[in-house]
This record gives sequence, structure tokens and C-alpha cells, in this order.
Amino acid sequence: MNAPLDMRARIEAAAEAYPDQRSAIMPALMIAQKEYGHLTGDVLEEVADILGVERIWVYELATFYTLFHTEPVGQVHLQLCDNVSCMLRGAEALLRHMEQVLGIAEGETTGDGMFTLSTVECLGACEMAPVMQVGDDYHGNLDADRIDALLATLRARREKADV
Amino acid sequence: MFEPVLLKSVGQPDSHSLSHYRSVGGYEALQKALNDYTPDEIIELVKGSGLRGRGGAGFPTGLKWSFVPKGQEKPKYLCCNADEGEPGTFKDRIIMEEDPHQLLEGMAICAYAIGAETGYLYIRGEYVKAIRILETAIREAHAEGCLGRGILGSDFNFEVHIHEGAGAYICGEETAMLESLQGRRAQPRLKPPFPAVAGLYDSPTVINNVETLACVPHIVERGSSWFNGIGPERSPGPKLYCLSGSLRKPGLYELPMGIPLRELIEEHGGGAPEGRQIKAVIPGGVSAPMIPAEGLDVGMDFDSLAGVGSMLGSAGVIAIDDNTCIVKVATRIVEFFHHESCGKCTPCREGLDWAVKIMRRIEAGEGAPTDLEQLERLCGGIFGNTFCALGDGAAMGIRAALMHFKDEFTAHIDEGRCPYH
Ligand SMILES: Cc1cc2nc3c(=O)[nH]c(=O)nc-3n(C[C@H](O)[C@H](O)[C@H](O)COP(=O)(O)O)c2cc1C
Ligand code: SF4
Ligand code: FES
Repeated sequence: MNAPLDMRARIEAAAEAYPDQRSAIMPALMIAQKEYGHLTGDVLEEVADILGVERIWVYELATFYTLFHTEPVGQVHLQLCDNVSCMLRGAEALLRHMEQVLGIAEGETTGDGMFTLSTVECLGACEMAPVMQVGDDYHGNLDADRIDALLATLRARREKADV
Repeated sequence: MFEPVLLKSVGQPDSHSLSHYRSVGGYEALQKALNDYTPDEIIELVKGSGLRGRGGAGFPTGLKWSFVPKGQEKPKYLCCNADEGEPGTFKDRIIMEEDPHQLLEGMAICAYAIGAETGYLYIRGEYVKAIRILETAIREAHAEGCLGRGILGSDFNFEVHIHEGAGAYICGEETAMLESLQGRRAQPRLKPPFPAVAGLYDSPTVINNVETLACVPHIVERGSSWFNGIGPERSPGPKLYCLSGSLRKPGLYELPMGIPLRELIEEHGGGAPEGRQIKAVIPGGVSAPMIPAEGLDVGMDFDSLAGVGSMLGSAGVIAIDDNTCIVKVATRIVEFFHHESCGKCTPCREGLDWAVKIMRRIEAGEGAPTDLEQLERLCGGIFGNTFCALGDGAAMGIRAALMHFKDEFTAHIDEGRCPYH
């Protein structure tokens, strides 16, 4: 497998921040995941080759850290925090609401591959609990209506992109 | 009248820009440090201020810096802990998003004091916005000579690199963070050796929390007696408190260290929402044992909270109201620690697995009368026997819930259901 050229360049640039190539595995996996969506065995091997490090070192990080996905995720990853501060402000009811609206259970992806729904630990934004991370962005002070509006916006954005 | 310094720019237009930071005197402390102080004098200044680490453990910051050996051949490193995973905590995120140069200036002053030319800023990967803002801030600081080579006309060099975390709470533990920075699974290291002597790549390393480092420019600017004149003698300074949970006005508040927890909850947080009462408060992120409502007249500082069997921790203050089941809250906390256990040591890895099973069945109304005893025994087996403080924190959390709210646990068992459902 040949990585896209700019991915190789970006990984090599990231590695310059460290005196040791092994330190660059995490940033390299981030870059590769952005490129491919999730980390297959081939991608992990490519990362190891670019950095010139042991493959096992790359595998062990890809499987330790929860932000690395070795399985496919939907185009939009809905990550609802259900830790204490969010739980105290209704996260559970929001989860049930989303499961019902999307027709999937927590941990699943919709049939069209659009949404993956997960619960996550504290997102560090408890002042606006309940909070959900959608892609890179945080959405706080959520209730069922706001969730419905958010999902509608995300769907509309995707339909536009499809046209 | 207490004057906020750490949050003074929050909410101002473009507060994260270098031009805004300069307009409120930014990087003057660094200039002053470089012109008027030797590195040792900075360490003495910070020691004299009484600043204690804001990441949870409260270790004296100047003392930590003084442990770094002088004039060695090996490079020295500064690592800023911006992993902020402790549930209930969001202060470091807000500093980074709103006032990133305050942190960079603090890092530069610390690096000057300990003789480091390289700093790593370990930010949890979920904080995409903070990461983007800091990338820009680092670029801006470089362009104006506040970072890089020959900083502000001196012969001091310092580079900051951002390292993105990838979703593991244990990376907040300082030695696990070093493992993670070295490209390994984040499992804590045995201490000693302490990082100040042999840390990152076996080199002398200082690890400090974001808020700790953000205090440093203000100490240089205003002096150590300004800092230690605020709050209690043994834990002085301005402090960020993260208020969340069942409150009318959740948010981030800067107030003196040591203010009464009751004042924080009732006056600043506005108390419980309409028709509810506060039943318990977790004062320092979920690692800090909960305090029942009767105990709120305690000062929010390291020593006072330790005195009542809890801790200041990250000052993530979570209010729990009387509509909430304590067994459920405690179960959720233990589920968190179980999920985040790195698996290195048996009491934490296996013990928390058992604890979660027992607590879930009690919450579901399927607990047996012997379960409480078994939980107590389990906590005894975990506490004091784990490799790092994660396991201890979990055991202390369970014990506090059992001690203060035993009646709720027994009600679940006796009634065979959760009384709150
Ligand atoms: C399980 C665990 C998680 C921790 N998480 C954090 C964290 O997210 N941020 C932090 O600054 N310190 C955290 N700490 C404390 C660090 O180990 C360390 O004491 C701190 O970063 C030192 O900086 P300070 O002296 O400025 O507080 C954690 C400790 C443990 C045991
Ligand atoms: S106490 Fe838990 S988190 Fe800490 S080293 Fe042991 S298994 Fe890992
Ligand atoms: S508990 Fe949900 S963001 Fe902190």
C-alpha cells in the first residue's frame, strides 16, 4: 500500500518535533486516520514503514487509545458524554431519544453509514452539560429539540454534498 | 476586593490573539524574568509565592523546579499537562481557548528557570479547538520573538511542540504521560526516579498543569507576596473552580483559594435548581470523595479538604441534588475508573471489574445483603495497593458514598429496586 504523498510528508514533518521516531507514532496515527477514516492493518504497516519503527509499536498504540479506530465509523460520529455532570443534566434521556430517532443502539452505525452513535467519558465541557462532540465540534446545553435540529442540519449538509 | 487575573481576558473580543495579550501587558513578565532575574532567582520567587500544583496533587511548584539538576549534559524538558480528563473539570480548556499566550508565557518562564529548550504541550485529542488556537498562538509568538531562538533579545531559546492525546484518562498521570510522549502505551512508571531527575527520554523533566503555569507570569509581574497574600497561608493564590451538575449557574469561576465550599455552591453557583436541594458535592473531580450537604462549610484548599477526607484535586465541583440516586452516581464513577484503568496492576484492573459488577446489581435492585460488606472488603484490597492513584481514587469514591449514604444502598437492597426510579 502506498500512502498519499502529502500524508507521508505530513508524518515526516510531525516527527521533527521529537528526538525519537517512536514518539511520532501517535501524531502519525492521527494523520493517517484523518486520511483514511479508520486504521486498517495495511494503514498501520504503512505508518510503521514511513517512520521506520517496529510494526508492533504501532499496533499497540492503535489498540490502546480510544480515539484511534481500527473499525469503520460513520461519516458523522456522534459522541454523547454520559459522565456524571452530563448525567445529572439529562444525558440518559438524550441517549434514548437519539437511539429512537436514529433507529440504532449506542455503539452502532446507521444503515446508510451516515451516523455512528457513541457515549464517551467527560469531554471537559461540563459547564454546558449535557454535551456531545460531533466530528471536531462540541455542542452543549442540549435537549431533545436541539438534537433534532442538529441532526437535521447534518443530514441537509450531507444531501448538499451528495448533489 | 479580589481581582481575577487568570480569567481577566475571557470573553473579550480576540482574547486569544497575541495583539490582545500584548495590549494587557502580555510577555512583559517574560521580558522582566529574562532581564532582571537569574534562573535560580525565578525558582526562589516561585517558591516564595507558595504556588502549589493545580493538576491535583498540590505539590509546591518552585520546589519541583529546584529538583532539576543544574548544568548537566543531558537536555532538559518541560511538559505541560493539558490532558484534563478528570470528570467535572474544564478550566484548562477555557484557559487554552481564551488566553493561550498566558500559558505559553508561563511555559517560557518555567523553561528559563529550569534550563529547558524544548517543551511539549500534551493536549487531549478531543480539544480540537484548543489545539487549533494554540497552534496559531505558537506561530504568532514565534513571529514576534516570544518563542524560538534568542527570545526577546536574550540568548534564551525555547520551542513548544503540541502533542495530541488520543483519549486515555491515564495520560494525565504524569509518568503515563511521559510514556505516551515516548510512543508507548500510557502505563505509569515506577517512582523513583522522579521525572525531575529522569523523565522524558531519561532526561530531567518538569511536568506542570496548565493552570499552574498560567499563574507564573502573574507571580513574576506582581511578586510573590501578592500571590501568597491571597487565600490560606499554606495553599495561597487565585484559583479556578469548575462548577457543574445540579446548579443554576454552572461555569468557571476565579476566586481566592480556600473560599468556603458552601459559598461557592450557594452564591456563585446559585444553588440547586427550583424545587430541589443539594444533597452532596464532589469538590475536586470524581477522584475526590463526595461530601454530604452538611459538610459544605469547608475551605476549598488542599489542606482543609484533606482534613475532611476529601481533596481539592482539579477543583471540579459537581453538585448532586436530592432527586438523584447516589448509588447511580457512585456506580457511574466506578464505571469511569474501570473503563480508564490502564490494566498494569491487578488490584485496579480486577478489583474495579468486581466493584462495577456489584454496584450495578445493587443499583438494579438485585443486590444481596452481603454485597455491601463485599464492597467494603474490595475497597480495602484496592486502596493503598495500586501502582498509581487512579485505583485509590476509585476506592475512596466508593467508600465515601457508602459512608455518607449507606441508607440509600440498603434501601436498594431491601426494596429490591432503585427508590429513585
Ligand atoms: C489518574 C491520574 C490522572 C491525572 N490527570 C491529570 C490531568 O488530567 N491533568 C493534570 O494536570 N494532572 C493530572 N494528574 C496529576 C499529574 O500526575 C501531576 O501531578 C500534575 O500534572 C503535576 O502538575 P502540577 O504540579 O502543576 O499540578 C493526574 C494524576 C493521576 C493519578
Ligand atoms: S492503579 Fe489502575 S491505572 Fe494505575 S497503574 Fe494500576 S491498573 Fe493502571
Ligand atoms: S461530564 Fe459531560 S462534559 Fe464533563
